[in-house]
Amino acid sequence: MSLIEITEVKKRFGDNEVLKGINIDVAPGEVIAIIGKSGSGKSTLLRCINGLETIDEGSISVAGAQLLPDELHLKALRLKVGMIFQGFNLFPHLTAGRNVMLSQTVVKKTPKAEAEVMAKKMLERVGLAHKFDAYPDQLSGGQQQRVAIARALAMQPIALLCDEITSALDPELVNEVLSVVKELASEGMTLLMVTHEMRFARDVCSRVVFMHQGRVHEIGPPEKVFANPATPELKQFLGVIH
Amino acid sequence: MSDFTTWDILRNLLLAARWTVLLSLVSFIGGSLVGMALLFARIGKSRGGRGFVRAYVEIFQGTPLLMQLFLTFFGLGLFGIDVPAWLAAGLALILWSAAFLTEIWRGCVESVAKGQWEASSSLGMGYLQQMRWVILPQALRVAVPPTVGFSVQVVKGTALTSIIGFVELSKAGTMVTNATFEPFTVYGFVALIYFCLCWPLSKSSQILERKLNVAHRNH
Repeated sequence: MSLIEITEVKKRFGDNEVLKGINIDVAPGEVIAIIGKSGSGKSTLLRCINGLETIDEGSISVAGAQLLPDELHLKALRLKVGMIFQGFNLFPHLTAGRNVMLSQTVVKKTPKAEAEVMAKKMLERVGLAHKFDAYPDQLSGGQQQRVAIARALAMQPIALLCDEITSALDPELVNEVLSVVKELASEGMTLLMVTHEMRFARDVCSRVVFMHQGRVHEIGPPEKVFANPATPELKQFLGVIH
Repeated sequence: MSDFTTWDILRNLLLAARWTVLLSLVSFIGGSLVGMALLFARIGKSRGGRGFVRAYVEIFQGTPLLMQLFLTFFGLGLFGIDVPAWLAAGLALILWSAAFLTEIWRGCVESVAKGQWEASSSLGMGYLQQMRWVILPQALRVAVPPTVGFSVQVVKGTALTSIIGFVELSKAGTMVTNATFEPFTVYGFVALIYFCLCWPLSKSSQILERKLNVAHRNH
């Protein structure tokens, strides 16, 4: 039984078709890396799953919640999948703790005290319990991204979408974020991540999706995709990376 | 003829300045309320609402305030409504301020990074929740200095209402001149009083700007 079902998804920006019929089924607990050149549609696909982009054809459902363009369906979908962004997107006017509390109190109507307990727990999970009262601009990039992860986790999603979450970080800060993600993966969280961290994809992911020109060009377990790329495009892509 | 002392002149002008202050307050507060409503229509989802506010703003920014005052004063008269000068002055200034404030605030809302909308969306917030908890608090900080700055324009804008016969500071200046035949002294005082009203406002706008640290805080 698939947790996330992506069926024949097409997406156009004007005349430019960026997704040309995508089919991916994700089982619970799977960790999927989506790789590919920029412009291959990988970020767009991720944004579609969360309803940040509308789709023109096909369907997406997450644990029974369908992607439909009205606010009620979108909310139901977004309660099931959290998203982490390349640029962190923390709320700069709120402390780290408040960042994690806000959507709980506003969207789920969780009482404040309860939300605070949850926020502390989640910040602790990402190793930042001591930064509860710090504002985002007092945190390093890696810390900000971990707060963003805690913020998404506090909504207790069943899957997380990670959109190049380490691309905006200085090299020495990448690992602290990746180790948090690795831990989530080992705890059984379903993850879909667009990433350029090939080693991480190889070590942690259960499947790798290679996207090329709006299509899923190759898909398979990392050993196969990385060791025996079947298509010249993937060979070339991996050659460029290494 | 000249039995007027300087104190007489100043006293009369100061008394009239109360009306300038009152009209400024009414215009600014009324304009803020109307402007806030227009802002929500301007950035909302309804196409008709957006179009209406865009046209409204263009009309009020594209015509002189003086014409707007004339049209309110004489225009309403055409419909048989007898408009007293204070009402026409207040109404025109409220509508005029609203147009500018809407546009100032729209810029502030749009200056909030797109990622803030996306992050709050992805957490399941609805449009009003995003506005209330994420977008407006950030936009507000950006909006304070230009909004206070605009209040200076409102104070100076009230001078025009003298032309439709509302007795505020400028009109009082003209009347006192007609009695004293000392235009330079009188208008000198008028200008000084305007300056005393406006300068603290522009100064506080500068201080607020530094305090809210607009340039650095938003990234």
